[in-house]
Amino acid sequence: MVISLAGIPRNLSVLVLFLLPAIGLGLQSTLAAGEADPAASPVVSSADSIEQALLDVKSEDEAVRSKAVALLIEKGDASLVPKLDAIRAEADRAVRIAIKPVIDLLKNRANLTSGQPDTRRSAAADLVGTGRPEAITWLEEAAAKETVWWVRYTMEEAAQLIQLRSQDPAVRLEAVKKLGDHRSQNSLSLLQEFVEAGTQSGATEEQRTLAVAAETAIEQINSWGWWANAIETLFRGISLSSILLIMSLGLAIVFGLMGVINMAHGELMMIGAYATFITQQAFIGWFSPDLFDWYFPVALPVAFLSAALFGWVLEATVIRFLYGRLLETLLATWGVSLILMQAARVYFGDLTAVIAPQALRGGAQVMVGVYLPYNRIFIIILSIICVLGIYFLLFRSNLGIRVRAVTQNRNMSACLGIPTRKVDSYTFAFASGLAGIAGWALTMVGNVDPGLGQNYIVDAFMVVVTGGVGKLAGTIWASLGIGGLNKLIEPVSGAVYGKVFILVGVILFLQWRPQGLFAAKGRSADA
Amino acid sequence: MPEPVVTRQGSRETVVFYVVGVLFLIVVPLLNVVPDEESWMHISDFRLNQFGKFLAFAILALGLDLIWGYCGVLSMGQGVFFGLGAYCMGMYLALQIGKESVYGSELPDFMVWTQVKELPLFWYPFKSFLGGFFGAILVPVLFATIFGFLAFRSRIKGVYFAIITQALAFAAWLVFNRNETRLGGTNGLTDFKQLLGFRLSDPSTQRGLYILTVLALAASYLLCRWIVASRAGNVLIAIRDSESRVTFSGYTPWMYKLFVFVVAAGLAGLAGMLYVPQVGIITPAQIGVLPSLEVVIWVAVGGRGTLIGAILGAVAVNYGRSVLTNYFPEAWPFILGGLFVVVVTMFPDGLVGMIRKLTDRKQTHRPLIKVEGGTTA
Amino acid sequence: MTDDDLILNCENVVVDYDGFKALNNCNFSVHYNELRVVIGPNGAGKTTLLDVICGKTRPASGKVLFDKGINLVGKNAEDITKLGIGRKFQAPSVYGNLSVWQNLDLSVKRSSRGVFSNLVGKSSSAERERISEVLKTIGLTDHAHDRAGSLSHGQKQWLEIGMVILQEPSLLLVDEPVAGMSDKETEQTGQLLTRLSEQQAIVVIEHDMDFVRQIARIVTVLAEGTVICEGTVEKVQADDHVREIYLGRAKVTH
Repeated sequence: MVISLAGIPRNLSVLVLFLLPAIGLGLQSTLAAGEADPAASPVVSSADSIEQALLDVKSEDEAVRSKAVALLIEKGDASLVPKLDAIRAEADRAVRIAIKPVIDLLKNRANLTSGQPDTRRSAAADLVGTGRPEAITWLEEAAAKETVWWVRYTMEEAAQLIQLRSQDPAVRLEAVKKLGDHRSQNSLSLLQEFVEAGTQSGATEEQRTLAVAAETAIEQINSWGWWANAIETLFRGISLSSILLIMSLGLAIVFGLMGVINMAHGELMMIGAYATFITQQAFIGWFSPDLFDWYFPVALPVAFLSAALFGWVLEATVIRFLYGRLLETLLATWGVSLILMQAARVYFGDLTAVIAPQALRGGAQVMVGVYLPYNRIFIIILSIICVLGIYFLLFRSNLGIRVRAVTQNRNMSACLGIPTRKVDSYTFAFASGLAGIAGWALTMVGNVDPGLGQNYIVDAFMVVVTGGVGKLAGTIWASLGIGGLNKLIEPVSGAVYGKVFILVGVILFLQWRPQGLFAAKGRSADA
Repeated sequence: MPEPVVTRQGSRETVVFYVVGVLFLIVVPLLNVVPDEESWMHISDFRLNQFGKFLAFAILALGLDLIWGYCGVLSMGQGVFFGLGAYCMGMYLALQIGKESVYGSELPDFMVWTQVKELPLFWYPFKSFLGGFFGAILVPVLFATIFGFLAFRSRIKGVYFAIITQALAFAAWLVFNRNETRLGGTNGLTDFKQLLGFRLSDPSTQRGLYILTVLALAASYLLCRWIVASRAGNVLIAIRDSESRVTFSGYTPWMYKLFVFVVAAGLAGLAGMLYVPQVGIITPAQIGVLPSLEVVIWVAVGGRGTLIGAILGAVAVNYGRSVLTNYFPEAWPFILGGLFVVVVTMFPDGLVGMIRKLTDRKQTHRPLIKVEGGTTA
Repeated sequence: MTDDDLILNCENVVVDYDGFKALNNCNFSVHYNELRVVIGPNGAGKTTLLDVICGKTRPASGKVLFDKGINLVGKNAEDITKLGIGRKFQAPSVYGNLSVWQNLDLSVKRSSRGVFSNLVGKSSSAERERISEVLKTIGLTDHAHDRAGSLSHGQKQWLEIGMVILQEPSLLLVDEPVAGMSDKETEQTGQLLTRLSEQQAIVVIEHDMDFVRQIARIVTVLAEGTVICEGTVEKVQADDHVREIYLGRAKVTH
């Protein structure tokens, strides 16, 4: 109230004092209007009556106004909205307040038959807030025609939620039961009220019956909710795991095959992310907005190649001098990572973001209470593709045989005519390119900033350590384990302590398996 | 029986030790007090305080050199032990503020604004100076013992250990940043007023702290030298050269690693304890991944595997940093990163290695590790 | 002979590297003060056998009994070393950044290998005497204060032998001691091993048949993880099975 009063010129303040009670009355009458018997209104042709009501709505008389409002809600349709808007723009406060619910109702009613499922759904959800019984019929009619199950579900749920406030106990009881069957999370607080009302000392018989029904419904809803929650947690775990997996793959390749710890891996991801960002900016600058969404697929090769190119340079200028000195590679690449991070900070500033293409926005409602965002699903699929790609490249292709040959016996490979230097630099460039792809994918779930790589790098290294060196399966299992545990612990302990627990968990795990999940066995193992 | 070898290197190091020790212990404070402030000889209070900070860092570097340079075990979590020591002393100092605090409460300011009504139990020991003093050494030592025991006993080594310690630094940073750990969150502990009744703002107190730091550094150096010169010190080098051979000579490598790791943690705690009253603030930013790694670069720049190198590296890098950040604040990460790359790829023996190459050209393959006959001492 | 005379008795030892059986039900025993030579084609499991005995590799099944029936399986390497088993590796493994003297000093048999006793402990004059003696034996007296890393390959082999001698093991495991040595050095090594076997049991793995003939009394032939023949050099060389393995393989691989 205070806020709205502030907008009124000072010389009107006296008037406001008069109006205040009127507003209160207006609100009451608007709410009460729903219960007015429509048959009581005089029978006039609807077109005339609507015209009349549009005039009456502006009336100073409280009673006339509320009658007109009731009529407009019952008979009107979305075509009236512009007219009402015009009236509202000129009218005084009391009238504005009286008209507002009319406009909302008519708009939402029209939206129930919109072409966009999301619009239909949010219209249904909005109608619950109005609490108007008229909406029940609209919702039920719309639900009968609805083809998208999730929208239909919302409509039915909305209708039942409104029915919960009905005067008729039988209707309420029916609604309670249906909501229970629907596993409606939104009805929980209302149902809880029924339970409380029914268990109070002075409760009527009806209230008690309702309370019993409500309790059953709550139980149904909660047990469903538990499962829905479990599935969502699982999904979030898998989603984080796949992010970790995409990151760790490149790390594991250079660690396992080349004996290099690449601390700049996170920054190579950052390069991929910025490459995506730059591609997006180029599309905004040079191409028509219709083509905008194409920037994302175009950015994939751009991100891969720019990160791979950088990795190639890094290998040629720094890494090649350090083969066989694991700790030294770690330190030198740390230096590179510092330089890259600072360069990004200086050049791009602190925070930029990429707009997701249409196809990756939103998500899928797979069941009541379970919503899976498309960008997460995308990353999960991408990680699977990456794993398969690497598997075929390493274990089913000529190139892969050479790479593994060099890993196992460099001198022998050189004797057999394998260009070991080339294999080294290609392998490193390829792993860097993978980091670029990871960065490309990460733009869909977070901001692009210089610290992008640092956010996940510690976790990714934990994955590599836990998984064991040089085994693809180890990396996969370890990222599933660490990602899953992270999301499992997070709701209980919070993200920070979740990380601490994971660290403790990894240390304890290494007590049992110091070489990681899948350690290479044999003579060469601890040479 | 062969003659015991008197190493020129060792005796030279001793000479350097005394000369530099006297310089820092007596000459530098005198230059702070005696010459006129306008004189070019004068060392300002600010500079002296800064030297004190660098020398505290040198103690931290000594610890890392012991475990990394000699034993070959890279710990990327030394900042955690430094931070534990610093926080212990910081808690004592924070409780010494008393009624002088902004809110006039007996509780440290941050507790007032985070609505902590009573002093948390774990703060109680730090009401006394001895609590702060021993806590600063023993808490890191205890923590390192537990962590090191778990890590070394299960034979986590090499990069695995490095990565695990980095994760430790990351986790510690996260935890210290939280308000509910009751350590001041992101802002850390600051606004200290007095130490054992001496005003910290008083230049003479700072001078005293500086001298204490020099003495502590000298003591740490001698301790490290004693360890390195003993047969146990040889075992450390042996572990670095060939851990499996050490096992087949009947030694248990993890016990030796644990030992130096704990000593290094104690030294880090000591460094943190001396750092706090001189700098006047400790925040989680001193604990994280990057500060821990900077210690590594100090040692690498100075020359790992030489105790002098660790000290030299810590002072040189930090001095360079303080000069550079004045003029080019954005350039420091580039330079730090560049140092990592250049030192590791081109100067693995650091400054000390370069100096040695320049001073004795005759011996091209002088080992960095001091070679001493078994019959000496 | 009874089991009481055995310093080492391996029973049905199996080592499995991801499905490849490096040792397959291997039975192998050595008497006190015996110099035993183990031969066999590449990949026969010779080094793996030594790895199992000294605790470097844990067998999937089987028993390794040492000195009056102490089972070594499951014990870690340093404990086995303390029990009195010394190992010289195939590739010389010495501490490159320590002097020759320090290398030997670390290996001297002492009551404690703990951190604190080695922090304060000094070598006794008797120990220094022993080290000097061994230095003379292995011909490195002039190099006592050189960095071990700067020694030649053969010198490193000798240094490692010297280190193992100073451990005073009751069972000495030696893996290809003369690889990379000149004929003269080889002969000296043979004499040294023969001399040492007067006081301790020695197991030597060797390929060089001249060397084997020089030192061996009893030879064990390993192939594909099991003992296929045991006896004097003459007997082994006459054995059809052994010939088949060496020559048969020779046809295929060489």
